[in-house]
Amino acid sequence: MSPNLTLAIVAGALVACGVYLITERSLSRILMGVMVAGNGVNILFLVASGRAGGPPLIGVTPKEDMSDPLPQAFVLTAIVIALATAAFLVTMAYRSFQLNGHDEVADDVEDARIRALALADEASDSFEEIRFSDTGVDVVSE
Amino acid sequence: MNNLNNLLPLPVLLPMMGAALTLLLGRRPRLQRAVSIITLVAVSAVAGALVWITDTVGVQALWVGAWAPLGVVLVADRLSALMLTVASLVTLAVLIYATGQDEEEVLRETPVSIFHPTFLLLSAGVSDAFLAGDLFNLFVGFELLLFASYVLLTMGGTAQRISAGSIYVVINLVSSLLFLTTLAVIYAATGTVNMAQLSLRFAALPADVTLPIQLLLLVVFAIKAAVFPLSFWLPDSYPTAPAPVTAVFAGLLTKVGVYAILRTQTVIFPDRPLTDLLGWAALATMLVGILGAVAQAEIKRLLSFTLVSHIGYMVFGIALATQPALAGAIFYTAHHITVQASLFLVAGLIERFGGSTSLDRLGGLAALSPLLGVLFFVPAMNLAGIPPLSGFIGKLGLLGAGVEVGTPLAWALVVGSVLTSLLTLYAVAKVWNRAFWGTPMLGPHEPSEPDESSDDTLEERRGLPGVMVAGTAALVLLGLALTVLAGPLYDYVDRAAAGLRGGVYLEAVLSGVVQ
Repeated sequence: MSPNLTLAIVAGALVACGVYLITERSLSRILMGVMVAGNGVNILFLVASGRAGGPPLIGVTPKEDMSDPLPQAFVLTAIVIALATAAFLVTMAYRSFQLNGHDEVADDVEDARIRALALADEASDSFEEIRFSDTGVDVVSE
Repeated sequence: MNNLNNLLPLPVLLPMMGAALTLLLGRRPRLQRAVSIITLVAVSAVAGALVWITDTVGVQALWVGAWAPLGVVLVADRLSALMLTVASLVTLAVLIYATGQDEEEVLRETPVSIFHPTFLLLSAGVSDAFLAGDLFNLFVGFELLLFASYVLLTMGGTAQRISAGSIYVVINLVSSLLFLTTLAVIYAATGTVNMAQLSLRFAALPADVTLPIQLLLLVVFAIKAAVFPLSFWLPDSYPTAPAPVTAVFAGLLTKVGVYAILRTQTVIFPDRPLTDLLGWAALATMLVGILGAVAQAEIKRLLSFTLVSHIGYMVFGIALATQPALAGAIFYTAHHITVQASLFLVAGLIERFGGSTSLDRLGGLAALSPLLGVLFFVPAMNLAGIPPLSGFIGKLGLLGAGVEVGTPLAWALVVGSVLTSLLTLYAVAKVWNRAFWGTPMLGPHEPSEPDESSDDTLEERRGLPGVMVAGTAALVLLGLALTVLAGPLYDYVDRAAAGLRGGVYLEAVLSGVVQ
């Protein structure tokens, strides 16, 4: 079996775009990234399944011309899971938008943690050093 | 051939049906609670039966729908059965705790009607992962438990939980994508995803094909298990969730990752232990994790770091890959599931009783509530590995196995694990000193009681509901039971470790199957 080069290149390009988008800070871009990369991986399954052929139904396609149905079953499952992923991420991005006015959650996580630690630090008498090494210079300036 | 293997789908099916039923019963909370408790009791009973069956009759395998060798196969050997039993007992105890909590917190923003179905789905996913005989079913099990965990972690949708949840969700989505990629690569290399068949087919392939696949699988599972370089997400995301959710995550989800690493290393790649790589990862996990724990002043974060650290012990056993080391790792996994879950439940009780989990705001809890003191002290000492508790027995097994191997790396691991144990003792002693001894402090509630009328509600908020204490106490007792029954249990895990690498597993799955 020789793999299909076009499909492999398409899969690689999709995964690359997806990874680029996942590294963004906005949840909706991460969502796009996960979807694009997920489709890239799905195409990888088609590469893994070998030569394309007719529908794998006995009586319709001769046995040697059938395409391998198992990877397609995998892809189908992965697509269903991707749908649930999309639904959940959209909900989370929307909730984040409701709470913060934007969905750049990753940015806010750092801010929120540093702020919380800085507040806790003011209340603490004994753990200053540890707190400081946790948070860095920003806390001092704040 | 017998029909005992028909029990295998039950630990997955029962919680799923329970989840459907509890979803329908959303408006009748009492009935809903009864259904979920009955479901998990039934799952525990089935899991207990499987322990007995796998030990006396042998490994059970069921090709669902008889689609051998292409379809889904469920396999239970001694290891899966033990993990299932411990996991279902722990989920049951946590569920009891949670029912106590939501009975008290009817007015809170947490949508209780969603909690039970999601919790049961999480249990179904965990069971599916423990029983999966093929990697794709393992992937589906992981997705099932992950999606349930996403919902549980962001339950209520407060700003803090949404931001902690987004780290967790994105990390796990990336690891799922990586898992899916690995599956495609494995299918391209071998034409199957069945673990038993993979074991045979990888043995025939050259190392430059199998090594990248093995590393990909290990990276995927190491993210789930929070092994050192891939562990940074855990202490950020776990502590914000409600106490029962954190407890079940800490107890089970990382251990499912450890279980998957164990299966990868023993069934799929029995001859390629990668001792160096896993050994150094184990050492780094133990030390970095515990040093993180020592630096914390917040109980839940501290416990999250000890969780990361103690995953290192299990990887230690898997890395050495001798039979005593694997037995130690399995025993330690069972022990750690119960202990870590009970500690997080106690942290929830502390938060309720003292109004905070920050060590700066707590004090004198042992005087205010001796019961809470005992509930914390026993699992804390167990975690640190004080004899004669089960943590000591598990560590002793691992140390013995390490000394027996005797290579420089094994000695480094032995020294590292003793050091980690001491630092764990230091970390929990710090919690004990600052939260349980000292002058009683009533936490942040104290200044905010302007009149008599609020006094009652304050008292109620600080009191410990009986059901929650019962759930925690049940888990602590389960941890003690592992100590009392350590003799027979250790023999059992020894047999489980012996059966991991033997041909028994392959034979049970592949007997009568056309290759």
